[in-house]
Amino acid sequence: MAASTKQFLYHKLHTLLGLFPIGLFVIFHLAANHQATQGPEAYNSVVEMIESTPFLIFLEFGFIYIPLLFHAVYGLYLAFLGKQNVNNYGYFRNWMFLLQRITGVITLIFVAWHVYETRIQAALGAEVGYEMMHEILSNPAMLGFYILGVLSTVFHLSNGIWSFLVHWGITVGPRSQRLATYLTVGIFVVLSVIGVRAALAFA
Amino acid sequence: MAEKTISLVITRQDTPESTPYKEEFTIPYRPGMNVISCLMEIQRNPVNSQGQKTKPVIWESNCLEEVCGACSMVINGKPRQACTALVDKLEQPIRIAPMSTFPVQRDLSIDRSRMFDALKRVKAWIPIDGTHDLGPGPRMPEVERQWAYELSKCMTCGVCLEACPNVNEKSPFIGPFAISQVRLFNEHPTGNMNKHERLEALMGEGGITNCGNSQNCVQSCPKGIPLTTSIAHMNKETTKHAVKRFFFS
Repeated sequence: MAASTKQFLYHKLHTLLGLFPIGLFVIFHLAANHQATQGPEAYNSVVEMIESTPFLIFLEFGFIYIPLLFHAVYGLYLAFLGKQNVNNYGYFRNWMFLLQRITGVITLIFVAWHVYETRIQAALGAEVGYEMMHEILSNPAMLGFYILGVLSTVFHLSNGIWSFLVHWGITVGPRSQRLATYLTVGIFVVLSVIGVRAALAFA
Repeated sequence: MAEKTISLVITRQDTPESTPYKEEFTIPYRPGMNVISCLMEIQRNPVNSQGQKTKPVIWESNCLEEVCGACSMVINGKPRQACTALVDKLEQPIRIAPMSTFPVQRDLSIDRSRMFDALKRVKAWIPIDGTHDLGPGPRMPEVERQWAYELSKCMTCGVCLEACPNVNEKSPFIGPFAISQVRLFNEHPTGNMNKHERLEALMGEGGITNCGNSQNCVQSCPKGIPLTTSIAHMNKETTKHAVKRFFFS
C-alpha cells in the first residue's frame, strides 16, 4: 500500500480502536464497578470472576493496553493539530470538537494515574478489591478526581461514538447526525449515572 | 444637520512579512452601501479617523454578486463576502480583517493558492479531451443533477477553510470544499469513470481524515453547500474503496 495513505489508515484505526475494544471495555468496566452499590461482597465476587479469566494478561495487553496506547498517542497528535476557535464560532459541534480534545487529555491523565494506582500496584503485590478502592476514594479530593475522570471518559466515549458514525460514513445526512446526537447524549447520561454511582459506593 | 457616517476598523498589513496593525476610518454614509463601497470610498479619499492621510486599503473583488469568492474577508468576526455585507445590516464600527488562515499579501488581499492546489490534487475536473470525438457521454439522472447543482455552487472563496479549526499552519488539511468537489465530480457520470483517482487523493496526506467534525464549515458556507454531508459521504466512499483495494486487488 502506498506510503501516502498511512495517515488515512492510522486515523481509521484510531477511530475503530476507540470503540472496539476500548469503548466496549469501558462499558464493561463501569458495569462491573456498579456492583459496588450492592456491597463489598458483590463487588469482590465480580473482581474474583474477572481475575479467574484464563490468559487474562494476554487479553489485557491485546484488548486494552496496546489499543489504548495507540489511541492515546495518535489522539494527542490530533488534539494539538487543531486550533480552537469557539470564541468566534460558538456552534454546538464546534464545542463538542473542543471538548472531545480536552476530555481526551483529561482522560489520559486520569487513566494513567488510575492504572498506576490499581493495576501496577496489583502487579507489585497489592490485593485488588473493595478495600483498595475504598482506601483511595474515601479521600474527598481523590473522589472528586475520580468523578471528573469518569465523566470525562464517558463524555469522550459518547461523543466519540458520534464521530465514529460520521468517520465511517454511517450517519451521512444532517437528520441521521442529529438523531445520533440524541442517542449519544442518552449514552452519556446513562453511563455517567452508572459510573458516578459506583464511585460514590466506594467512598 | 450632522452628516451620517460609517466607522470602520480595518486590520492592515503592508507586506506579506510585516506585522498587522489596525486603522480606523470614518466615511460618509450613503443608502445601500456594502463593505466594498466603503473600501472604494477610502480609496477615493484615503484619510483615517484622525484626519491623517494614509495608504488606501488594498482588497480584491470581482463579480460583486457573491459568485466569484474573491472578496472574502473577516467582517465583524465572521468570514464572508464583502460584496453582500450590507452596511445597514452590520454592527458599527465595522471590523474588517483579512482571512488570516491564508498568507496575507497586503491589507485584505490574501493568497488562496492552497485551495487551487487542493483542487488539482483531488483532480476536481472531468477529463474529456482526446484526439478524436468520443461522442456524447452518459446522461445524468435529473434527481441527481438537482443536488449536484448545489455542490457546484462552490466558488473557492475560502470561508470554510477560515472557519475550520483543523486548517492552520500546522495542519496539511486540504479543506472541506475540496472533499465536496470530489463528491460532485464523482457523481457526474463521465467524472465517475475516474473516481478512483479522486478517492485515492482524498486518502492521501492532508486528506479527508483531517476532518475533525467541528462542522463550522457547513455553518459558515455562504452558498449553503451541505459540506458535512459531502464529507460523511466521502468518508463512506473512501472506506469502501480502501476495503475493496485491500481485499480484492
